[in-house]
Amino acid sequence: MSNPKSNAEKYWQANLRLILGCLVVWALASYGGAILLRPLLSSIHIGGTDLGFWFAQQGSMLVFIAITFFYAWRMNKLDKEFGLEE
Amino acid sequence: MSQFVINFLFVGASFALYIGIAIWARAGSTKEFYVAGGGVHPVLNGMATAADWMSAASFISMAGLIAAGGYANSSFLMGWTGGYVLLAMLLAPYLRKFGKYTVPDFIGDRFYSSGARLVAVACLIIASTTYVIGQMTGAGVAFSRFLEVSNDIGLLIAAVVVFLYAVLGGMKGITYTQVAQYVVLIIAYTIPAIYISLQLTDTFLPPIGLFSNHVESGIPLLEKLDQVVRELGFRDYTADVDNKLNMVLFTLSLMIGTAGLPHVIIRFFTVPKVADARWSAGWALVFIALLYLTAPAVASMARLNLLTTIYPNGPTEQPIGYAERPDWIKNWETTGLIKFQDKNGDGRIELYNDSPAFAATAAERGWNGNELSVNNDILVLANPEIANLPGWVVGLIAAGGLAAALSTAAGLLLAISSAVSHDLIKGTINPNISDRGELLAARISMGVAIAVATYLGMHPPGFAAQVVALAFGIAAASIFPALMMGIFSKRINNKGAIAGMLAGLGCTLVYIFLFLGWFFIPGTASYTNTPDNWLFGISPLSFGAIGAAINFIVAFTVSSMTEAPPKHIQDLVESVRYPQGAGRAVDH
Repeated sequence: MSNPKSNAEKYWQANLRLILGCLVVWALASYGGAILLRPLLSSIHIGGTDLGFWFAQQGSMLVFIAITFFYAWRMNKLDKEFGLEE
Repeated sequence: MSQFVINFLFVGASFALYIGIAIWARAGSTKEFYVAGGGVHPVLNGMATAADWMSAASFISMAGLIAAGGYANSSFLMGWTGGYVLLAMLLAPYLRKFGKYTVPDFIGDRFYSSGARLVAVACLIIASTTYVIGQMTGAGVAFSRFLEVSNDIGLLIAAVVVFLYAVLGGMKGITYTQVAQYVVLIIAYTIPAIYISLQLTDTFLPPIGLFSNHVESGIPLLEKLDQVVRELGFRDYTADVDNKLNMVLFTLSLMIGTAGLPHVIIRFFTVPKVADARWSAGWALVFIALLYLTAPAVASMARLNLLTTIYPNGPTEQPIGYAERPDWIKNWETTGLIKFQDKNGDGRIELYNDSPAFAATAAERGWNGNELSVNNDILVLANPEIANLPGWVVGLIAAGGLAAALSTAAGLLLAISSAVSHDLIKGTINPNISDRGELLAARISMGVAIAVATYLGMHPPGFAAQVVALAFGIAAASIFPALMMGIFSKRINNKGAIAGMLAGLGCTLVYIFLFLGWFFIPGTASYTNTPDNWLFGISPLSFGAIGAAINFIVAFTVSSMTEAPPKHIQDLVESVRYPQGAGRAVDH
């Protein structure tokens, strides 16, 4: 192995990857589904309107909650895996 | 029992509760005053954060904005919740690990510069003061409508109550009153919504009711609403927007502005551990979402209810006569928030969209202009009356609106007073001040802040409507990028950070002033505030995201041309990244 990374560096890299993944989902739910992709999704109907409207006024917020809890759960586990918890 | 007595009982009981909590949770040290001793349970902190965050704007104005704009105003829903995702992943855990008391504390230490600290203090005070004016005026409106006192007396009552629990209890008192205020405001918001959802869609949960069938017509509620507003010349409620760029930037500006508001960030300094800060952000979002998922249902249902009241036989038939108008219109006319003018002299209330596209239809129907103007802000407050709900629900709404305004005002006042006593007095002017001295200074600056806020609430500057743009613009363009770069980059140095904050802030302010008037002085705007004049169709309200981008670019460029931060600063950045060894908030 060339230039092995320290435990702390690996932990930080894992955190950055996790943040990036979560931000992709965050952007897809809000900027994607609710705004930019709304015309593409307009054929999918839900309760008298289209999927984009649902994302804008309901779906995006549910996704935000899921991401925040997922991040907390995953990071608190990573803290322990890397022995960096309080 | 008259409606006045009911309102008085509800508001009085809730105030007695807040003051009782304040006496129980007195702050004895600066640590208790600034961060509630650092021992708040993450779920309770989530609840307090939700009350801290949900202001008069969320409780009173937001549903009205969505009702008026439909899909196009969904940005408020996404922006004011999506910011918590950023806060949870990019700021809260690391700032909790840093373990000091204020936001300028971190900026001053990380960028090893009292200049950076002072810029942060200035941004914090401007953003929070403009924000607190809105809370005080909101409380004044609620008092004057529901307790039949004058606006100024209402404001004074609000100021005394906030003074009692915020000055006595500091963050500790504020935290526990905010928990109580959350409970009051969420009950007050959801109960009328449930009633109305049952009436219109036969569905118990309003967020599900929003996408259910309208009982009377048998078609989906949103389809029914689209039909009704179309008949009256308005844009379809669910219609898409043309300017997607502006909607994206507006939503983004609200998100990063939310994540950068100091009074929200400091709430995460009160939990015991880094892991708790992460959970707490999730809980905050759950508690906020309970209201934010209900708001769009309230918006569409209240708009449909309002139009059905005016056009009981459908929008293509005659509207009701002015003499037969319901009591709630009479009540709100006295406040000036509903205005009627019989332009065609037929004694009926013609409510429609006065646009060129609809002019032919209006002329055909003998209409001579829209005759009823309804202020967006009354929608939530008048909602129970519009739907004929019992009197106690109206009392509940009064207590809820006041809880929303007061809890946010208290959080903002704490952010201001801690910036003054901790960052200005202890951090800059007199570093040797004792803990008792600093605690006294914190209480005095809180008292002064309340006096200033009350005065500004009584004499609101002419730009009251624009100040929200200002607060979010400042937070988005200066505070959020500085904090994020301070954590995620070891290379950003003092010069880069200061240059970035000033550039981001400067560009945002100039862009806002160009369209809304220089320093908000009426008549000094360089361009009229219409989409044709906006740069690339970007509204002044959406510019915070661009300001943040400018901040990042300038900070990186300047830092890369100047020396790297010293070793101990790079070690500080390392240390905030790893939860290990955080312990309780450090006394210093």
